Amino acid sequence: MPPKTKVIKQRELNFLEKLYIPEVIRGVCITSGHFFKNLTLHSLHRIGLLRHIAAAVTIMYPEIKRRYPHRYRTRHRLTKRDDGTPRCVACMMCETVCPAKCIYIVAEENPDPNIEKQPKTFDIDLGKCIYCGFCVEACPEDAIRMDTQIMNIAGYTRESMYYTKDRLLNPEREGDIVKPSGSLR
Amino acid sequence: MPTLTVNGKEVTVEKGSTVIQAAEKLGFDIPRYCYHPGLSIAGNCRMCLVEIEKFPKLQIACHTQVQDGMVVKTESDVVKKTREHILEFLLVNHPLDCPVCDQAGECWLQNYYMKHGLYDSRLDEDKVKKSKAVSIGPTVMLDSERCILCSRCVRFTDEITKTSELGIFNRGDHSEIGIYPGRELNNKYSGNVVDICPVGALTDKDFRFKCRVWYLKASPSVCTGCSMGCNIEIHYQLERKHIAGGDRVMRFKPRENEEVNKWWICDEGRYGYPFIDKNRIHKPCRRVPDPVSKDGQKDMSPIPWDKALDMAAQKIKEIPKDAWAVLASPQMTNEELYLAKKVFGDTLGLAISLVSPNREGYSDDFLIKADKNPNTRGAFELGYNVLKTQLEEMVRKAEAGKIRGLYVFGQDLYEFLKPETAEKIFGPCELLIFQGTNWNPTAARASLVLPSAVFAEQDGTFTNFQRRVQRIFKALEPMGESKPGWEILAGLSERAGRKLSYKETHEIFDEIAAAVPVFQGLTYTKIGKKGAVLA
Ligand code: SF4
Ligand code: SF4
Ligand code: SF4
Ligand code: FES
Repeated sequence: MPPKTKVIKQRELNFLEKLYIPEVIRGVCITSGHFFKNLTLHSLHRIGLLRHIAAAVTIMYPEIKRRYPHRYRTRHRLTKRDDGTPRCVACMMCETVCPAKCIYIVAEENPDPNIEKQPKTFDIDLGKCIYCGFCVEACPEDAIRMDTQIMNIAGYTRESMYYTKDRLLNPEREGDIVKPSGSLR
Repeated sequence: MPTLTVNGKEVTVEKGSTVIQAAEKLGFDIPRYCYHPGLSIAGNCRMCLVEIEKFPKLQIACHTQVQDGMVVKTESDVVKKTREHILEFLLVNHPLDCPVCDQAGECWLQNYYMKHGLYDSRLDEDKVKKSKAVSIGPTVMLDSERCILCSRCVRFTDEITKTSELGIFNRGDHSEIGIYPGRELNNKYSGNVVDICPVGALTDKDFRFKCRVWYLKASPSVCTGCSMGCNIEIHYQLERKHIAGGDRVMRFKPRENEEVNKWWICDEGRYGYPFIDKNRIHKPCRRVPDPVSKDGQKDMSPIPWDKALDMAAQKIKEIPKDAWAVLASPQMTNEELYLAKKVFGDTLGLAISLVSPNREGYSDDFLIKADKNPNTRGAFELGYNVLKTQLEEMVRKAEAGKIRGLYVFGQDLYEFLKPETAEKIFGPCELLIFQGTNWNPTAARASLVLPSAVFAEQDGTFTNFQRRVQRIFKALEPMGESKPGWEILAGLSERAGRKLSYKETHEIFDEIAAAVPVFQGLTYTKIGKKGAVLA
């Protein structure tokens, strides 16, 4: 079956719109409307009135950070077992599925025969990662997650985008995990 | 010869054949675990159950002999349902630890589950625990929980190697594969049990955790470990450089050839692949007086190919013809040997001889041959004199100071000459040219080193001890700047004033077929993947 095509015509501007000036005035009205509405609401909130009606706010990033939605994909981490060793068994499912080919795992023997296998090295090149989350999806051990809420991943060198096992296991060390800030709804 | 019907198609097979073989002939693939064409029939896994008319119950296809007029159904509903149940049964105590199992990706439990299983497990009970990750010998690891007790490995050690290290111990669902007390799985063919184990119970220590099998590509080839010329597959991966330190070849696996190695190879050949990636000569090198250390070698300085070949050609002209010794090697392909003769013998007029080192080793009446070279027979058929006396003669000549130029193909002369004797040869020699794949003491001693491709990096043929010509195929690009031996020889020939127009090795082989009577009528197509015997 050929795909159905829906043709949408662009609406022509009417006479008033074509005059330009009235539209500019209308735009200024909308902006000022919001401004005065928020000004009033914020002032009233101060004296304890109309608190149930929300007013727009600007979040003072990076001093204040907002908690991202629960399923938002942020920087990876490797989860740990109770004894602190990585849960990862170096099955390389994530390495295999990764469309950016930016996961590099070398496996080794785990002394416990019931675990058997563990990653000797586990590197992700975040300079290449496209944040698709396939690695998380593929993992049979819940060993890799993208829930650190770390978003500010930037570096001056390519090497600094290269995350090793140690960095992935200890995201809190890099200090950017967002605590719910309380000042927001 | 009985004629039977399988799934509505008629087929006539040899008397005494089994249903599984008859079905195979028609292209019906009956699932099996314990049946292996190279071993006796055990009939214990029950995966191959099929419906045969007039039999009250399903029969195992691997052990039921065909009879005239048999009507077999391999895909009826009851057969399909049975397979599903058998698989569920085989997996009752299986730990399902595919993430850590090296067999994952080439496992017949995975394959058949996807093809014939796809049931939801009904098991509520605890699984029986058995030993995991046990070393049972220098090459093999055992995981009893994954074993489905097909007994292929036991039959292999009983029937093929006749060493009987393995057995099945205990009873019922506590049965497990094990090693007899005080023994270990340590024979010349132990790696084969890993190949025949349909699941991940027996895995290879050498390959353990190195690479996932779905990263691998396979290329047919022939083992160069001895004159048997066992057919192998080279398993390699190129995409993931972080694996195994960037090595390309991950393992060798046997390739079935009824006439040569059947389904097996020896451990020596199986684990003989590291030289393909390790310690290779990457660039043409020249000895320089200052000790610079490049390409991992002292006193060696890389030079461009053109210069290297010019230099070689120049020196070959300078030193008188009778003061030259050219030492070909039975590690070279037929094409290289033929061309070496043509270039050095005909064009340059130098004496070329084959030194087959006295490198005789272990041999048995199965696969392993004493001659550790893949192409001694080929060299002989191409007119080389394969005598140990050649070497002695050369040594005598060298000792008399009559050898001033030496061109060595690949071999390490130190390996089969005493150090004093080697010194006596190299000492008075003005120029030693080494054309080979890996660094060795002879290469390190050379004045000019020409890097050549290993067998996995070029096309060609070897002739095994049975006079069977077998193809090797290019699986990998030559490492670094190395070139296939025949290209180097063609370069030398061009500089000596005779341009050769080969673009691929099959042209050289066609020339051999035309020039050497025993090769007559052979072509690469005729040799195919299984080889062809010389006239
Ligand atoms: S998020 Fe996607 S691209 Fe990034 S590492 Fe995971 S699988 Fe690869
Ligand atoms: S998929 Fe999970 S267990 Fe497997 S290697 Fe990746 S992180 Fe480790
Ligand atoms: S170890 Fe493998 S080959 Fe041996 S009985 Fe078990 S499943 Fe079969
Ligand atoms: S293959 Fe026939 S019973 Fe196992």
